[in-house]
Amino acid sequence: MHVYADNAATTRVSKTALDAMLPYFTEIYGNPSSLHSVGQEAKEALENARERIAGHLGCQPREIYFTSGGTESDNMAIRTAAALGARKGKRHIISTAFEHHAVLHTLKKLEKEGFEVTLLSVKDDHNITADQVRAALREDTCLVTCMFANNEIGSVLPVREIGAVCKEAGVIFHTDAVQAVGHLPIHVKDDNIDMLSLSGHKFHGPRGVGVLYIRRGIAPANLIEGGGQERGKRPGTENLPGIMGMAAALDDAIANMDAHTAHVTALRDKLIAGLSKIPHCVLNGDPVDRLPGNVSFCFEGIEGESLLLLLDAKGICASSGSACTSGSLDPSHVLLAIGRPHEIAHGSLRLSLCADNTDEEIDHILAVVPQVVEYLRKMSPVWKDLEAGKRQYITP
Amino acid sequence: MALYSEKVMDHFMNPRNVGSIENASGVGEVGNAKCGDIMKIYLQIENDIIVDVKFETFGCGSAIASSSMATEMILGKSIHEAMALTNKAVAEALDGLPAHKMHCSVLAEEAIKNALKDYFDKNHIPYDPADFPELDHDELHEAVHGED
Ligand SMILES: Cc1ncc(COP(=O)(O)O)c(C=O)c1O
Repeated sequence: MHVYADNAATTRVSKTALDAMLPYFTEIYGNPSSLHSVGQEAKEALENARERIAGHLGCQPREIYFTSGGTESDNMAIRTAAALGARKGKRHIISTAFEHHAVLHTLKKLEKEGFEVTLLSVKDDHNITADQVRAALREDTCLVTCMFANNEIGSVLPVREIGAVCKEAGVIFHTDAVQAVGHLPIHVKDDNIDMLSLSGHKFHGPRGVGVLYIRRGIAPANLIEGGGQERGKRPGTENLPGIMGMAAALDDAIANMDAHTAHVTALRDKLIAGLSKIPHCVLNGDPVDRLPGNVSFCFEGIEGESLLLLLDAKGICASSGSACTSGSLDPSHVLLAIGRPHEIAHGSLRLSLCADNTDEEIDHILAVVPQVVEYLRKMSPVWKDLEAGKRQYITP
Repeated sequence: MALYSEKVMDHFMNPRNVGSIENASGVGEVGNAKCGDIMKIYLQIENDIIVDVKFETFGCGSAIASSSMATEMILGKSIHEAMALTNKAVAEALDGLPAHKMHCSVLAEEAIKNALKDYFDKNHIPYDPADFPELDHDELHEAVHGED
């Protein structure tokens, strides 16, 4: 049995999305900037996609900027607010300790450029509160950027309340909604969002294409210079097949959200309940405010990469935040931010589900994971020491 | 997964010499849980020959494969041959390791050396301490991982 449970990394492009893309490679292949009919047809499609996406987000089409994906959207949003802030002498930014690197590394760079960054702690609840944001606000705060939902541990942040706090203080609020769009109801006006990043490949659209929503009244800062596309703010000939695929995928995700959420949440809860029975493991992330498809655990006494390789051999595609899988010295900054010690952060497993996953697949995962964990523990000197009482368990 | 060579995958999926030896002649443990890899090697030595060797490893695929390969390479060999085992030899026997995984082979070499030192100490066999340099695990990681 082959089970793909790594949908937070990327999703399979749906048939709907693929079908929506294909004509724009070979039939309506014109450049939307061209005056001839093939170009104008492409232009119409582009604007149609923009309108549909704006409709789904609850904003105006002119507030939508097509980008190359979540990373670019995050960079552009932060740079936009930073440029506006700098002009008024405001150089303080508030964010959280468990943001994606697209946000954190951009903030790191801004720190080198003279900005001050406050990263809110997520240690206590694997989440933040609007009160934490309020307490961190300063006279010179020019941006609050908090993700909508965390990609590793699934926590869903109280975005609407955070947005309200920012609105009241007159501070720009950006949210990296890459993991949330298409999976959770979002309305940028109701949710008090000034800027929002999304990425096509997290909801069964293609990769390499995304959106940055920027509220009217906020002047976007270019990351690159070029022609007049996207009102000159994001130049470069538009990736029309990608944009059409992303729009179709989002149409689908929004139309089926209730049914998908019910299905995926049930699978998730079954998986969490089943895996919780493995001795000495712990669930990561907010147990209540949680993405429908996210399951994240740390297991004591084992290392994540070997776990992933063995699961892969049994047909299960998953991911981990161990150092060996992150390619760096430390395990995932998200797991460290929620207070997991290195020892167990190395033993993390993330299973991220989508509507295509079935009950049989969950049964397969539930049969395999406990076996593999036990197998690895049997050859682990750490586990042996834990059992012998020579080392203290971290989990209950 | 083409992350690793077939040899690495073979030794990871079917590790040789997993386990422990009671009252072993020498035991060596290196690494730490904080860094995500610990190797423990047990040696049974008779007449200067390694007649049995077992390992326990907490770590990634290449750590387990390196332990397995290293134990296979010293089983039946003299302690002098085992002393001469290098991490490079282990990595080569595995048809290579990705650059950022080379430290796993270093750990295997060190774990064996540690176990041999334990044997020498227990049996009051003199040795040159220079053969057993103290290894700082963090430094080791940094050396092989670079700036990462
Ligand atoms: C929360 C979050 N932000 C940003 C990104 C980056 O998106 P992209 O891969 O489209 O650049 C991702 C996904 O990788 C993500 O999960």
